Amino acid sequence: MQNEDTEQQIIRETFHLVSKRDENVCNFLEGGMLIGGSDYKLIYRHYATLYFVFCVDSSESELGILDLIQVFVETLDKCFENVCELDLIFHVDKVHNILAEMVMGGMVLETNMNEIIMQVDAQNKMEKSEAGIAGAPARAVSAVKNMNLPEMPRNINIGDISIKVPNLPSFK
Amino acid sequence: MALKIVKGSIDRMFDKNLQDLVRGIRNHKEEEAKYISTCIDEIKQELKQDNIAVKANAVCKLTYLQMLGYDVSWAAFNIVEVMSSSKFTYKRIGYLAASQCFHESTDVIMLTTNQIRKDLSSPNQYDTGVALTGLSCFVTPDLARDLANDIMTLMSHTKPYIRKKAVLIMYKVFLKYPESLRPAFPRLKEKLEDPDPGVQSAAVNVICELARRNPKNYLSLAPLFFKLMTSSTNNWVLIKIIKLFGALTPLEPRLGKKLIEPLTNLIHSTSAMSLLYECVNTVIAVLISLSSGMPNHSASIQLCVQKLRILIEDSDQNLKYLGLLAMSKILKTHPKSVQSHKDLILQCLDDKDESIRLRALDLLYGMVSKKNLMEIVKKLMLHVDKAEGTTYRDELLTKIIDICSQSNYQYITNFEWYISILVELTRLEGTRHGHLIASQMLDVAIRVKAIRGFAVAQMATLLDNAHLLTGNVQRKGICEVLYAAAWICGEFSEHLENPMQTLEAMLRPKVATLPGHIQAVYVQNAAKLFATVLKSGEGSADSTAAQEMMIERLPLFVQSANLEVQERASCILQLVKYIQKLQQKDVEIAEEVIALFAGELNPVAPKAQKKVPVPEGLDLDAWINEPPSESESEDEQPRAIFSKEEPKYSRPRHTEVDEKELAKRREVRKQEQASNPFYIKSSPSSQKVYQEGSGVEHIPVVQIDLTVPLKVPGLPMSDQYVKLEEERRQKDRADKKKEKKKRKEKRGGGRGKKHDSCPESEEDITPAHMVDIVTEEMPENALPSDDDDKDPNDPHKALDIDLDKPLADSEKLPVRSHRAAEVLKSPTEDVEAERTVVSQEPKKKSSKEKKEKKKDKDRKKSKEEKKKKKHKHEDKGEDLLGGQEDEPVVQSEETSVVAAPPTSTTSEVSDLDFWLSNAPVPSNAQEAAPVAAAAAADPVPEAASGAAPDSEPEEPKDTEAEETKSSKHKKKKQKKEKEEKEKKKKKKHHHHHRHSDAGGEESVQNGTVEEEEEPLPPMSNYCLLAENSYIKMVNDIQGNLQDGSQVVVSVIFENKCESFLKSMEFNVLDSLNSKLQRPEGSGAHDALSVPFQLPPGVSNEARFVFTMQSIVMPQKLKGTLTFIVKNEDSSTHEKLEFKLHFTCTSYLITTPCYSDAFAKLLESGDLKCSSVKLEGISMPFHHLLARICFHHHFSVVERIDSCASMYSRSIQGHHVCLLVKTSEQTVSIDAKCDEPTLLGNVLDEIKQTFSQC
Repeated sequence: MQNEDTEQQIIRETFHLVSKRDENVCNFLEGGMLIGGSDYKLIYRHYATLYFVFCVDSSESELGILDLIQVFVETLDKCFENVCELDLIFHVDKVHNILAEMVMGGMVLETNMNEIIMQVDAQNKMEKSEAGIAGAPARAVSAVKNMNLPEMPRNINIGDISIKVPNLPSFK
Repeated sequence: MALKIVKGSIDRMFDKNLQDLVRGIRNHKEEEAKYISTCIDEIKQELKQDNIAVKANAVCKLTYLQMLGYDVSWAAFNIVEVMSSSKFTYKRIGYLAASQCFHESTDVIMLTTNQIRKDLSSPNQYDTGVALTGLSCFVTPDLARDLANDIMTLMSHTKPYIRKKAVLIMYKVFLKYPESLRPAFPRLKEKLEDPDPGVQSAAVNVICELARRNPKNYLSLAPLFFKLMTSSTNNWVLIKIIKLFGALTPLEPRLGKKLIEPLTNLIHSTSAMSLLYECVNTVIAVLISLSSGMPNHSASIQLCVQKLRILIEDSDQNLKYLGLLAMSKILKTHPKSVQSHKDLILQCLDDKDESIRLRALDLLYGMVSKKNLMEIVKKLMLHVDKAEGTTYRDELLTKIIDICSQSNYQYITNFEWYISILVELTRLEGTRHGHLIASQMLDVAIRVKAIRGFAVAQMATLLDNAHLLTGNVQRKGICEVLYAAAWICGEFSEHLENPMQTLEAMLRPKVATLPGHIQAVYVQNAAKLFATVLKSGEGSADSTAAQEMMIERLPLFVQSANLEVQERASCILQLVKYIQKLQQKDVEIAEEVIALFAGELNPVAPKAQKKVPVPEGLDLDAWINEPPSESESEDEQPRAIFSKEEPKYSRPRHTEVDEKELAKRREVRKQEQASNPFYIKSSPSSQKVYQEGSGVEHIPVVQIDLTVPLKVPGLPMSDQYVKLEEERRQKDRADKKKEKKKRKEKRGGGRGKKHDSCPESEEDITPAHMVDIVTEEMPENALPSDDDDKDPNDPHKALDIDLDKPLADSEKLPVRSHRAAEVLKSPTEDVEAERTVVSQEPKKKSSKEKKEKKKDKDRKKSKEEKKKKKHKHEDKGEDLLGGQEDEPVVQSEETSVVAAPPTSTTSEVSDLDFWLSNAPVPSNAQEAAPVAAAAAADPVPEAASGAAPDSEPEEPKDTEAEETKSSKHKKKKQKKEKEEKEKKKKKKHHHHHRHSDAGGEESVQNGTVEEEEEPLPPMSNYCLLAENSYIKMVNDIQGNLQDGSQVVVSVIFENKCESFLKSMEFNVLDSLNSKLQRPEGSGAHDALSVPFQLPPGVSNEARFVFTMQSIVMPQKLKGTLTFIVKNEDSSTHEKLEFKLHFTCTSYLITTPCYSDAFAKLLESGDLKCSSVKLEGISMPFHHLLARICFHHHFSVVERIDSCASMYSRSIQGHHVCLLVKTSEQTVSIDAKCDEPTLLGNVLDEIKQTFSQC
């Protein structure tokens, strides 16, 4: 794990690299020194305003990781019901929890979407049952707060990509 | 109190949560930092509160802030607090925060050890899961050491969700704590055959990751992986395995031969591009490993290249990229087959995608030949001009140099062309690689003697136009080239046409703006030039002018801030003045001056210094003199440095040297050179060589018009060489033709003009110069080793561990033995502590092994069985195809293994050999599968897996089995001709007959008592549940470690018919005491659907959890299995009834116990007594014990001669102690337990077990 500064630098640089690439070029970027040298690659996918970037070493199959990103996005879509970037921005913790069911300590844990969704749901159910009645008012308040959501500016934010990138250093 | 809670929760809703924070940050775009700092203050307040919910909310927000780049390490302790909350919701937040913020240097990590351990053993699988996930991110060496054992236990957890996470995290543990690898490896290996695909893929993942770094240690797993590869349908697993094979094949070419066929099949059959690509990659790796041995794989190469071409031509840029990547691997060994696709690759150079262009560049490296080098480089030079990004241009530049300089400039036929390419490259704007170009120039000029004249001319021009290189600030990097230019002009100054002009260029005032090290070279080489000028005509106008110039310009450098420049300049200035003085006295001095710079430099191999062997008896670390005291050394060291340098540069105070001294110094210098083996080869004639210009006659084969290119350094000129080269080759060819004609005429016959039309081959191209490439010098008797390339800091180096060696005592995982013992002294229900004891078992065992060799064997056996039993439900999955009838076959294999002498490493290696040398390729698939199956069925690899190749395929028909057996035996005989082994074989053979005769479960044994080493009879706990013409069910019941009221029933369903079985539903009529656990929301009588379907002949295992209230009595539950039999034309609904028998034994869990704790337990007096006598037991005592251990889940506490104490524990915590004694054929068992009913039933069951024998 690096400290926050290097982490930010990696995110910035990755964003810089990835965002200026054309639509119809390949989804792989050779590893620079920052992400650990030539054994590492950035593999990304671009969905509307979002980039999902994985940093992997040579023990992963490139096409396999592209599939994995697809699985990740589809899982997000199922879990958030039609995911959009705001979901990811406002529920970073949930995104992390979903990701934790797919990738653990930098290694691919599960690639079966149904299995992932099942485990995520089971955990959410548990969370709900723990909150119980006491949680109800809090949920109501947060529902009211969320009413304002659509008025938010919908621009690309560097935060989008950082959703994924904090896993960079550990994705070995 | 309740009011307080409600109040708290109402307060809480108005706290800022994560969403509010994010919203706030987005609304405060302008003053984000300020807003966040107020948020952080709020968070600090929240963290001070006692309410864990508030804390968790705060930590959650901190996690987000950390993601934005704020340092939150100050809250580490609060994170630990939230982690240790009992609520999953908060725990998850805590672990997420920890995984993001903790790193090795976070000191609170030490505090987490016990919390994590608690969570790992939590009854809630998600608590465990979340702890594992978190731990995987922040595991430290300490955590790894302390928790390795707990995690290892989790690898056999009942829930696949936990198993897969535990397996995966082991990799991280291995990295941090390499000592854990060997003890954990057997279990990891078992997981390769876990019935759950997720666990299996995790295990494959981990082993692949390990094997990638140290492949040789994992070669012995090849048969197992081979089996997985041929049987698995999971593309993820396949890709991993295939990648792993790619890493293994270089070590074992025979493996490659075996792989080619299945891989080629996969390539042809798969539709998944990712799999196809990895197959191609591994085939390439195989071909590389085979390239030396077998050249007969051109078909495979063709296939690969052809598939790759399809990828490269694909419109998908990703495939194109990967295609090029793989192509570059083929290139190394089979350049010819790639070269035919040159068109395609050159085309990729024009691609708009930089990644693809870079890959194409890589390929070019291997595609050049003498013939096309110039053409390709010309194309690259065009790209250099066009390229917009500096990174890409720099990449191009290095590639050009790489391509040209590869294998000692093998492909360069015309070095003049190369020098001019280098000169052209200096015109690049803002390149960082000036240094690279410079070293190339130096290298070529030094090593290619014939080119020196040309090089010097070019460098002189460069120096003359130095302002072009240095004018721009951006061009800093490139001025390195001047370093080379100056040195070349100085060193080979005899080739200079107009040394005066160059001298003038070198002493321009502008030079003083160059970096110090370059100025130094300028000054030094100005002196060399001066010597040359002097030599060319002493007393002439030139030399006087030169002298004046030196005296006039050098003072500028004497004032330089750079020490090196200053020193050299002042030294040379004085020298020139002295020469002037001498000349005024009409002394001929030119010869002497030039002798100052005599001698030739030879290139030295980069590793030369390292390769000098240390002479015997020389200890480099020892002090030569007594170490000086601190104060002394401060004074003395600088002085030493000065005195060392003195002979090299004549210092100002030595200006008044006379000729004699000069000569003396020269002599000394020569001697120094002569005695220095590394750097300078002094040849007495070298000086003359310069003067006479020997070798000049070699240089020009073609007369080159130098006038145009030399004068205008700003214009491209290398192109001319391409043309010239063409002409030259044509001329060459013409000459050859003539010669041939002549010869033919002489021979008097024209046999047709076939040869004239054939294209010129590589060999036909003669270099333009007689290139005398000076090879790199190496010291005499250099050590041949090449292993100095490894990075000593690689964390994976520590994992280079031989996994086949049996475990040693010292290697067991550390266990909290101290605490566990305490727990046992005062028996509690602490499940966690009990589990610790489980893992202590092997430790104890092995220590005893050492003590008594005699007992060694049977202990191992019992240990093996125990382990086996523990994981039986996992590793039997596929081996039990035939149910009980076949199972003993497998088992007998194992047991005979145990009987073999435990020289496991060697036997394992020879097994691998056997597997590899085994039969022609086509039959591999069928043959290898059972072999691997048997290898896998052997759960304790450290106890030697010798039998792997001897195993039989488990076929249900006796006759068939017999056939294969005999054929196998023949093979085995061929291989091992030792008599001993044959004996064993016979025994085994005999064994099998009995099996088939008996047919029933576990009713076979060897009968006669022979010796201690006698193999243990086969055993299985799986018993027949029900059977009809469609399906057979066998089951085994195990207590659940996690939950005191649960037992797990593992049922193996085997499809016996030719039809497809589907929609299987399993139902049991619950009793008051025992209930089948059904998913939430389903009724008490609903059936559970079995989560798989069965194609014909396939078997699979499903598990059902039952909840028990009382466990003191055995019980039976009636149940039914309904299923649909589907034929091609019809489908029928079928039903099979069964009775599930819960014995009291099935409530016992193998729990090891220390003898002292055992004694305490017996002394405590809480236990009730009971005993039983078994008559007519003829089996050896250790078999008896093993049977009790295996069938009734006991463990041996202590064994003394014919007496043993044993221990087990029920899922509800009842202690069961046995004292087993044997004399003659009578065995008496005295037992103690805190629950008499349970004890009675257990003893009855033991009795029944032995009555069956």
